[in-house]
Amino acid sequence: MTERPHLAVIGAGPAGLAATVAAAAHGVRVTLLDSAARAGGQFYRQPAAELNARRPQALHHQWRTWERLRDSLARHVDAGHATHLTDHHVWFVERRSDHFTVHALVGPAQEDPVEVRADAVLLATGGYEKVLPFPGWTLPGVLTVGGAQAMLKGSLAVSGRTAVVAGTGPLLLPVSTGLAAAGVDVVALVESADPKAFLRRTRAFAAQPGKVAEGAQYAAQLLRHRVKLLTRHTVVEAHGDKRLEAVTVAALHTDGRVRPGTERRLACDTLAVGHGMLPHTDLAETLGCRLEGLHVHVDDEQRTDVPGVWAAGETTGIGGADLALAEGHIAGRSVAARLTGAVPDPRGWATAAKSRTRLREFSAALDSVYVPPACWTDLITDDTVVCRCEEVTGGAIRKAVTGLGAGDVRTVKLLTRAGMGWCQGRMCGPAVAGLAGCELTPSRRPFARPVPLGVLARAGEAEDDEHR
Amino acid sequence: MVVGAGVVGAACALYVARAGLDVVIVDRGPVSGGTTGAGEGNLLVSDKEPGPELDLALLSARLWTQLAEELGEFIEYEAKGGLVVASTPGGLTALERFAGEQRAAGVVAEPVHAEALYELEPRLAPDLPGGVYYPQDRQVMPALAAAHLVRASGARLLTGRTVTAVLRKPDGTVQGVRTVPGDILAPTVINAAGTWGGELAALAGVTLPVLPRRGFVLVTEPLPRLIHHKVYAADYVADVASDSAALQTSPVVEGTAAGPVLIGASRERVGFDREFSLPVVRALAAGATRLFPFLADVRAMRSYLGFRPYLPDHLPAIGPDPRVPGLFHACGHEGAGIGLATGTGHLIAQLLGGKTPDLDLAPFRPDRFPDEEGE
Repeated sequence: MTERPHLAVIGAGPAGLAATVAAAAHGVRVTLLDSAARAGGQFYRQPAAELNARRPQALHHQWRTWERLRDSLARHVDAGHATHLTDHHVWFVERRSDHFTVHALVGPAQEDPVEVRADAVLLATGGYEKVLPFPGWTLPGVLTVGGAQAMLKGSLAVSGRTAVVAGTGPLLLPVSTGLAAAGVDVVALVESADPKAFLRRTRAFAAQPGKVAEGAQYAAQLLRHRVKLLTRHTVVEAHGDKRLEAVTVAALHTDGRVRPGTERRLACDTLAVGHGMLPHTDLAETLGCRLEGLHVHVDDEQRTDVPGVWAAGETTGIGGADLALAEGHIAGRSVAARLTGAVPDPRGWATAAKSRTRLREFSAALDSVYVPPACWTDLITDDTVVCRCEEVTGGAIRKAVTGLGAGDVRTVKLLTRAGMGWCQGRMCGPAVAGLAGCELTPSRRPFARPVPLGVLARAGEAEDDEHR
Repeated sequence: MVVGAGVVGAACALYVARAGLDVVIVDRGPVSGGTTGAGEGNLLVSDKEPGPELDLALLSARLWTQLAEELGEFIEYEAKGGLVVASTPGGLTALERFAGEQRAAGVVAEPVHAEALYELEPRLAPDLPGGVYYPQDRQVMPALAAAHLVRASGARLLTGRTVTAVLRKPDGTVQGVRTVPGDILAPTVINAAGTWGGELAALAGVTLPVLPRRGFVLVTEPLPRLIHHKVYAADYVADVASDSAALQTSPVVEGTAAGPVLIGASRERVGFDREFSLPVVRALAAGATRLFPFLADVRAMRSYLGFRPYLPDHLPAIGPDPRVPGLFHACGHEGAGIGLATGTGHLIAQLLGGKTPDLDLAPFRPDRFPDEEGE
């Protein structure tokens, strides 16, 4: 085998898989690193093999696309053009003079170091859920919609019997119907968005007939399972002694405030709540890639502004699996051309580029519709825990803002410890920004995940010895 | 008026306000937004050789003790003591000689023989020859310290306001500063802008050669109290006093009230470069695990960096600027600003109150450096 140029792809979700397959098909050797045991990411999450799922596709749409990607990956692995490293937790990507070194942790306790050298890096690190706290949100029985979906897709089971699905965003629909199909009594889907907002964006939605049909399908399923749809409503509190017993929901004014007197109590043992997604940008930020707001900036070829670093999927802006597939494909083709010394020909990926444009417009339209209600910070009482890791309450944060002059997330963190714990502010960041009255900005996290000091003390050492 | 809402500015505000003056604090960022927020919060006497800086550290230590009675619980004040550890018998001899000189200058420094070392810190690496214990070394949470000193001062705090000019009367005396939303008038301007103190001095038309010296801190996951003191290797003292621009790292390890272990200390002169550096942080991790082998299995959660404000002779600038009547400087404390803040604020307040300062301020004169060429 002639020595192919080497690309490291971080993340085996739709974007990373599409990129791996496209690059490997065009003369590149690809190492695909992912923290999960199987490829697919969050979107194509698979039931564990030992569950012997007969029809895993029942919970997925676009099963064919997944099968095609999975089979292509297997072919490239067999041909020696791709390596899939599962259970690899990347904590740092190091830019060296003529290559990159990807630092990962492996082993049951993620304690053993692995270093992968590559000529280029593609960041397909995906996104994570945006969490907005409210009284009672830390009770057992309250989970994120993404968590509920992962449970459905991964273990084919859910713990609860009676559920409310609440928040805002396109994920609420499939989670409601998925839970209902799994036999859970879904009492209500509580969506804070105003259905009229969709009418204002008719053109963007009409350009995506497939997506609209998908939505209509979910609506029909909601009807069939008798799930009550409460739009322009929000959960104001979750109740329960040791675990969730009920939630209070209320209607919203057009200006996003709760309409007094509309509160009602719904008994349930499960609350799945979601407010959309945020991009994972830690590795990109530490590499020095320019961020645009909360996501990584890329050009038409999905290149970041750091030479040799590409990015695709949710990390470059939340837009869903179809957009991730298109971006991943374009990135893979661009990498292949650039690393083999060819001039990239965008005509080769014209179809993907066209759907990328359309899907970005579509997700921008969704973003403008699915916004959390304006009152969400008012719902956080002074004794609501906002930072779970460090147990910092809304009251403590408000005191830092009004009494000590903190007006941004970093200063609130320094003065209250909110965001200093295990999740490094990934969960409480949006809430802290809301309470401080500032925009959420990406925080610097040099380590994408915690790393043992013993590993850190030797990271990259072997390479430095070689150079001596 | 104090320019700079870091710990030095906060301490100036507190002591000046307590001397009976009206105080306003101006900062382009938030409270503790600069070097204060990136520090470990050390109040140290152990790393200072006899001389004006040690005198200032001892004065500051007394003042911190007083403040702790009032604010201690808010600022995570801990009188935990420092333990300096030698790695070789030769190193121990040198360390003991250094401690002897410090004792003569008023520092409490107790020799610790090998066995006693492990009574103080049972988890230290085996076979270390000994060290010196400094009970006067203490710690605060620096960002909280600055915020609570500001609050206790009652001063008006104007954050997010960048000073664009120092306003002067026709006779040259200071009359305030210009900021983006408007002018703020005051007959006295105290430059507590830390690493950016040179820029503020330049706005007033004078030279103060403050330069940044970058340092990284590593923070571990929260642990039960396994490290009881601030523990560092004897070579730290040499690094602190060094003039080298090249990277130096010497392990400084300490547990905190909140649980995480803080690991320093690196020093390098690379301007205001904010890029993360794996080699530097790797050296910190290596040093810390050499001192405390159990740390090898403990996880680093995060790392942050800051820029120590240093002047060529490693002493801060404290006092009036004879070149600009009404301008006072209180900056350039390098890596010791948290510890030296109280003494600095106290001395500035004494000057403004027309009293004789407790220390001779000649070594800290702001105009002790030659003006830049061409001026």
